[in-house]
Amino acid sequence: MKFGVVIFPGSNCDRDVSMVTRGILGQPTRMVWHQDTDIDDLDVIILPGGFSYGDYLRCGAVARFSPVMRSIVQHVAAGKYVLGICNGFQILTEAGLLPGALIRNRDLHFICDQVYVRVEHNQSLWTKHYQPHQVICLPIAHGEGNYYADEDTLKKLEDNGQILFRYCSENGDISPQYNPNGSCHNIAGIINERGNVLGMMPHPERASDVLLGFTDGKALFEALIS
Amino acid sequence: MFDQSRLFMTQKFQSRIYITLRPSVLDTAGVAIETGLHQLGYQGVENVRIGKYIELVLTAKDAQEADAQLHQMCQQLLANPVIENYRFEFTPL
Repeated sequence: MKFGVVIFPGSNCDRDVSMVTRGILGQPTRMVWHQDTDIDDLDVIILPGGFSYGDYLRCGAVARFSPVMRSIVQHVAAGKYVLGICNGFQILTEAGLLPGALIRNRDLHFICDQVYVRVEHNQSLWTKHYQPHQVICLPIAHGEGNYYADEDTLKKLEDNGQILFRYCSENGDISPQYNPNGSCHNIAGIINERGNVLGMMPHPERASDVLLGFTDGKALFEALIS
Repeated sequence: MFDQSRLFMTQKFQSRIYITLRPSVLDTAGVAIETGLHQLGYQGVENVRIGKYIELVLTAKDAQEADAQLHQMCQQLLANPVIENYRFEFTPL
């Protein structure tokens, strides 16, 4: 698997991602500048966290029009894989590659924390190395992570099994008090209908190295290369 | 003075664009401001909604083209139709 990590002006998790894909998993990884359009050689594109274009107007609103995004739309249409983490998730919703939108956190604060997330099922490429309803611990760091979609869209996401991760308690309870940012249905990560695009607010790349204390995110990347 | 806009039959429009969260979206910042206004004694305040206001000058062939372009700009970039509504007005400069 060849990975590409997109760098927008203001991305700040790009090296964290390549540290996992190249450094820990030993996979060929290429950094892709947002002006590049030739990404045919890549199997998996990762849109990293950060504050692309200063998050001006709305998070991800300007990044969506970067030249590389046109190639990423074709990459997705060809059935190849795209993972958007945090700001990357916001960009994917702005680009219409994933439904819904990410709005200000319920309590208006930027949240930097470690939270429990429940893996909803393992019938996707991304979660096949987890157990259904397995509770994992991942870092979050965002001000606009409150997932919003209208009722029809939420029903579709539920019915199609497109929700892969939900905020929960240590025991997997998804009651509202375990929802850090007010997301509809406690949503932390979703896939598109085809399943080749995943967007998630938690940072699996920051939980993949034993040196950082926890490794619950590593199985997501390992699933891609197995 | 040579007026280029007459030669090319174009006109400048001062445009004012208002973007608001759709009623179905909870405006948490609006709720916080509403609480602040209540604490100041303005008990009659309700439904505080915070939006964005954008001004721009647009050169277009005529008012019809300006209107069409502003709609496109709002739909493509200035507003996110999933969560926001927009309206605008413009006047010839």
